[in-house]
Amino acid sequence: MSPEEELQSNVSVASSSPTSNCISRGTTVALKEHNYLGLSDCSSSVGSSTLSAGLTEDDKASISLKATELTLGLPGSQARDTDLNLMKNSVKLDEKPFFPLLPSKDEICSSSQKNNASGNKRGFSDTMDQFAEAKSSVYTEKNWMFPEAAATKSVTKKDVPQSIPKGQSSTTNNSSSPPAAKAQIVGWPPVRSYRKNTLATTCKNSDEVDGRPGSGALFVKVSMDGAPYLRKVDLRSYTNYGELSSALEKMFTTFTLGQCGSNGAAGKDMLSETKLKDLLNGKDYVLTYEDKDGDWMLVGDVPWEMFIDVCKKLKIMKGCDAIGLAAAPRAVEKSKMRA
Amino acid sequence: MALRLPSKVLKHILSFIDSNEDRNSVSLVCKSWFETERKTRKRVFVGNCYAVTPAAVARRFPEMRSLTLKGKPHFADYNLVPDGWGGYACPWIEAMAAKSPSLEEIRLKRMVVTDECLERIAASFKDFKVLVLTSCEGFSTDGIAAIASTCRNLRVLELRECIVEDLGGDWLSYFPETSTSLVSLDFSCLDSEVKISDLERLVSRSPNLKSLKLNPAVTLDGLVSILRRAPQLTELGTGSFAAELKPEAFTKLSKAFSNCKQLQSLSGLWDVLPEYLPALYSVCPGLTSLNLSYATVRMPDLVELLRRCSKLQKLWVMDLIEDKGLEAVASYCKELRELRVFPSEPDLDATNIPVTEQGLVYVSKGCRKLESVLYFCVQFTNAALITIARKRPNLKCFRLCVIEPFAPDYKTNEPLDKGFKAIAEGCKDLRRLSVSGLLSDKAFKYIGKHAKKVRMLSIAFAGDSDLMLHHLLSGCQSLKKLEIRDCPFGDTALLENAAKLETMRSLWMSSCFVSFGACKLLSQKMPRLNVEVIDEHPPKTRPESSPVERIYIYRTVAGPRMDTPEFVWTLHKNPEIGVSKLAIK
Repeated sequence: MSPEEELQSNVSVASSSPTSNCISRGTTVALKEHNYLGLSDCSSSVGSSTLSAGLTEDDKASISLKATELTLGLPGSQARDTDLNLMKNSVKLDEKPFFPLLPSKDEICSSSQKNNASGNKRGFSDTMDQFAEAKSSVYTEKNWMFPEAAATKSVTKKDVPQSIPKGQSSTTNNSSSPPAAKAQIVGWPPVRSYRKNTLATTCKNSDEVDGRPGSGALFVKVSMDGAPYLRKVDLRSYTNYGELSSALEKMFTTFTLGQCGSNGAAGKDMLSETKLKDLLNGKDYVLTYEDKDGDWMLVGDVPWEMFIDVCKKLKIMKGCDAIGLAAAPRAVEKSKMRA
Repeated sequence: MALRLPSKVLKHILSFIDSNEDRNSVSLVCKSWFETERKTRKRVFVGNCYAVTPAAVARRFPEMRSLTLKGKPHFADYNLVPDGWGGYACPWIEAMAAKSPSLEEIRLKRMVVTDECLERIAASFKDFKVLVLTSCEGFSTDGIAAIASTCRNLRVLELRECIVEDLGGDWLSYFPETSTSLVSLDFSCLDSEVKISDLERLVSRSPNLKSLKLNPAVTLDGLVSILRRAPQLTELGTGSFAAELKPEAFTKLSKAFSNCKQLQSLSGLWDVLPEYLPALYSVCPGLTSLNLSYATVRMPDLVELLRRCSKLQKLWVMDLIEDKGLEAVASYCKELRELRVFPSEPDLDATNIPVTEQGLVYVSKGCRKLESVLYFCVQFTNAALITIARKRPNLKCFRLCVIEPFAPDYKTNEPLDKGFKAIAEGCKDLRRLSVSGLLSDKAFKYIGKHAKKVRMLSIAFAGDSDLMLHHLLSGCQSLKKLEIRDCPFGDTALLENAAKLETMRSLWMSSCFVSFGACKLLSQKMPRLNVEVIDEHPPKTRPESSPVERIYIYRTVAGPRMDTPEFVWTLHKNPEIGVSKLAIK
């Protein structure tokens, strides 16, 4: 088991990404105004199905282990290889003779090539990989005792090899701690502990401060099945569902899996039950959100104003995986309860 | 026949030179200048307590009156340096007690100070005047009491953001009734309540008191009573500002503040209720420094306060100020030189950071004297950075923390390379830079090439490869401190640029890809560097090529240090301390 599995990250870290074969970056899929992202399916289903199995981060992280993992990589990049080597003790680096005393300039210039073995070449894959790593490096305060740093880094990058036993120890340790709701990276953001502690203890009129200032931005995380990193959007910069979904479409278009072919109902802000069911049976993606109570609901059921008030997170799920989610009636009930 | 300046004349000339950088240059001219300079230097600054031995410092500067020391690396502030790493003040105090008993001032930053240490200070330096401890730990209020009671001529006692074992507020009563010399007292980081009557008496008998920073345990009533006794204060850190809202309380407070006609700096304001802010209005027009970074006050109230602060030069505030508030600052606070915006939720998961890049752009446009920025926000754009660089080429310190690791320009999805290029190129006097967001090797090529005066550079979650580190180490002419975390660097760049490391104070790298083998190699090649591998797991048990958790490399003439804990590995863990050499650099 990889340490990543135990990561308590609320990021859907998936080193899995749609295979390059399926990617057609130029493709933009027109989103319907009712917030289904009509993205067509592709073989990312291999990865995604496991992802959707549960919302636990453990499951998501386990994707990274699969040898069948589809990775988004530039042709020639060895990102895939490193995936396979994830939990191996031996590392690419071992195979290479280590650097001579004074490497020539050539080596420096080509170091980026060399390091490509570690998937360092900057491209989307690496952007995402790195992000995944950072997000997946879970620490607790002063948790420097554990080699998660290195271990978790090996998500798709190189050769960083903490040996398995150590990886396991961190695994065990992490698994025994309660599932954290938040992603933690030691010392990030770089705020002095003195300040962090003071803010925690001073009367933070928590409702006021945690609540949303009237006119400020309201960032929520948006994750998407099959995408290796997530983004944040400012809900206050949109005025209706239509704007939100087109923005999301633009943002995640690079993860679009091949053929377009958005289908679904004609654009409306509110979904009708029947249409919802139809679409859920299809292979489309569904936009869902986590509300204040921690429940996952389908986006589109409540008036926009109410939505931005309760939405904590967004997630673009595969349609078939969203079947268990709140169907319209329940969503409406909930909103009624709150109103 | 060579013309020689008589040392008396040189001495006289040197008495006008305060800057240590200049004095360092003077001491390089020739041996006699070296000798004259060293015998006249009064203020000694040691940026890394392990770079030189205390004995060597004491020997070189016999007239030393003031010593400033820094211990742990900067990233210790963010919990990246494990407890017990080092930075002990004791050996320094011991050495000074023996060799420099005329020492009057000690300033320590990020060091471990014990009560015994403090007692030694109190006992050893007869004319001790100034003790400033910043981000230090390891002592209790007993140690403070020792200083208070024994140092007859104590002028300055400041505990800034220290972690102190608080055994109660008694320490304050240890100031003898005869002590009247206090100029500055800062106990804002202590928790326990002090007896207000003790404080009142102390303040009353200290006519020279200019700076007073109270801890949150001091109530509003206490504050009022203190202000009445010390209307001459120029710097004030309030206690807790929350109290039941009685109209008399408000009036008393207002009046007390309006009597403080010399107040220039205001801080504290923990728990401040917005209703009490108007009590401060009378001092606003005179304020040059305002620290609202612990005040959970919202934008409209903040603006009401800030629009009255036309002379403000330094503003520390939380992101609750929002972009709108910063727009107001840009129009009212035209004298602003330093701005720091802290996150109210310093949390990776925070969804609600109310400031965006626009806030900083407003201030950059409106405040022509702006030269120092620390800004936390969720994401940024290249366009904003380019605007900031264009508007404020006079920036000296630019620290941007995009909280979202690897966040690209959210409008174009590109890395923030162009933006930081503009900053490096445009702000020619930039001395300190912290970068964040999505950055490729290119960004560092620009920084290496253009950031000629940058002395301190902080990097996190950036770059693609070794090339980035290579750009920095082979460029950045003035680089003194480089700290890097979570970047994909390996050994090549480090080994290739080993010589650069001797021109720098220190290099910190954590969660990168430096191997133990490379560290050993570096250590062997460069005897004047201490290469410390800070790693819980003995690197011996892993292949030499496996990366280490953290490395801290610094130049030193003191040789390997003897106080390393088990998790710090150096090549020479041997009993012989390196001979301290007179460093004629």
